[in-house]
Amino acid sequence: MSAFPANPPQELPAKSAALLELRNVAKRFAAVDVLKNISLNIASGEFLTLLGESGSGKTTVLRLIAGFAQPSSGEIWMSGERLDLLPPYKRRVNTVFQNYALFPHLSACDNVAYGLRVKNTPTSEIAARVEEALRMVKMQGFAASRPARLSGGQQQRIALARALVNRPRLLLLDEPLSALDANLRKQMQGELKSLQREIGVTFLFVTHDQEEAMALSDRIALLRDGALEQVASPREIYAHPATAYTAEFIGQTNLLRGEIRGGMVTCGALRWPSDEADGAVIFSLRPEAIRICADDKRQPSEVRFRAAVRQQFYGGSSELLEVDCGNGQTLRVRVPVGGPLAGEQDFVFSLCDPTRVAE
Amino acid sequence: MYSRAYKTLVSLPPLVWVGTFLLLPYALVFAHSLWAVREGVMVHDWNLDNYKALLTNPLYAVVLFRTMHIAASVTLCAILLGYPLAYYLAFHAGARKELLYQLVIVPLWVSYLVRGYAWKTILGSDGVLNGFLQYLHLTREPVGYFLYSPFAVVLMLTHIYTPFVFLPIYAALEHVPRPLLEASQDLGASSVQTFWRVILPLSMPGLLAGATFAFVLSLGDFLAPLLVGGPSGTMIANVVQSLFGAAFDWPLGAAISVGILVITISLLCLGEFLEKRWAFQ
Repeated sequence: MSAFPANPPQELPAKSAALLELRNVAKRFAAVDVLKNISLNIASGEFLTLLGESGSGKTTVLRLIAGFAQPSSGEIWMSGERLDLLPPYKRRVNTVFQNYALFPHLSACDNVAYGLRVKNTPTSEIAARVEEALRMVKMQGFAASRPARLSGGQQQRIALARALVNRPRLLLLDEPLSALDANLRKQMQGELKSLQREIGVTFLFVTHDQEEAMALSDRIALLRDGALEQVASPREIYAHPATAYTAEFIGQTNLLRGEIRGGMVTCGALRWPSDEADGAVIFSLRPEAIRICADDKRQPSEVRFRAAVRQQFYGGSSELLEVDCGNGQTLRVRVPVGGPLAGEQDFVFSLCDPTRVAE
Repeated sequence: MYSRAYKTLVSLPPLVWVGTFLLLPYALVFAHSLWAVREGVMVHDWNLDNYKALLTNPLYAVVLFRTMHIAASVTLCAILLGYPLAYYLAFHAGARKELLYQLVIVPLWVSYLVRGYAWKTILGSDGVLNGFLQYLHLTREPVGYFLYSPFAVVLMLTHIYTPFVFLPIYAALEHVPRPLLEASQDLGASSVQTFWRVILPLSMPGLLAGATFAFVLSLGDFLAPLLVGGPSGTMIANVVQSLFGAAFDWPLGAAISVGILVITISLLCLGEFLEKRWAFQ
């Protein structure tokens, strides 16, 4: 990242202090830096998503917090207590595993009761808490079923109940919805979010799906090659991506590479005034910020350009256009659904729409 | 779909094989068990006297009980040796896994007889073990009961059948999904709790298969008692062997064989049933 103010200050919900703190955590596996100097705070009651491509180190972060791996350097703290020195079974953290990892020889009910039994909880209390947990995930009717007899979504619910019944301070969710089909996935996202609000447990959610991250999270921590690229709320990270990588990873965007000289930005065929200092620049311009301009009225706060429509992708509620501004510069434009478009069109975007990003 | 002719053709060889080498011999053994020996000649005189003798003569019950006792001891010892070994190999051996696995398998390539005679030279009065104990001045005279005793039989059979117990247990442990162990820890279970609550139940089908192998194979063994058992270590198969040999009482021998067969098949069925009950996926 450049000297550019890339990382907006992390906005923690004001009501509470950090529950979990990663302090300069790094992890090396066989001479590969899987995690590089990660520092991250998670507030109590927060829904924080670790977002990243596969291999970005997001699962490693979870494993370090759960205790299945040790950081090579750095510390993990939880409510003023050193967490990384405790064995996994002594941490008040529970995990929902990617493929659920339900015990195949135990019924749904025994799976949920597992954590309470190994901690010698009184039998009467176990029964009540297991029932409550099953009710929470709407699985009361399946208490006696073995996991093999449950569908993916049902197994998912049992895995959630099995973790939540222990009343963890922090729940780690490792791509919990990735094995579900699209519709069920959307439904589970909704349930997960309302469940988290209801019980107030802090969620640390791992996913590679940026839409899922946007829909669920209070904040998103974007990981790239083992380093934190940006940590911000979904709205913030979408509206003000700090880097070109973030802008492209979260939502769709047009990256405009160009330069500023004498108060004018030039990015290929696009030019607009700017009061920033001279030099090379990258701007992110979201496709929905560009409109088709039908009239000839020229607003001083707008940038107007002519481009040829090359492709038109119908998307139901909107259409995505691929337009050519000349010299091989193509832009993507999201427009309301209209008729077929061809040939040259006038497009316009507001001066405040391009967001300057770092490399 | 395959044609009828094709199906008949491919199922013929196994049918012939099973018929000739399994069902026919069993039928013959069963027929023999219903015949009799009169004045040194076998007569095809259908009767149940052999089975009556089997049930009334306490000698056979004693030998059968001893045989089952030995087989049970072998099974227990083989599990106690084989399980920890399989556990170590499956979870902690790391890079040494392949080598150790081969080392467990290699003894199976050595002839049964050679291994039997090896135990004779180890356990005998002037054998390696007694020599060693006297060298250490732990014993003054050779210890006699090492060889020619049920102990020697159990020792030798345990040595021979432990790999048979090890293999299915190892296979079962290798198939325990590793995320389950992390899930168990994550839910607050210590390693010991994880073993009793997750690993052992999930390896139960392998354990049962191994136990069935060891018990059934030990039950029908006659070489080990012959080589290292002595009179006090005689097993039921030795009785059958002598009835078919020196005693020339094939019908009684056949009746005992049928009895062992019934016990063995019942055990295999029980094993199968339990394995199914413990199978999860």
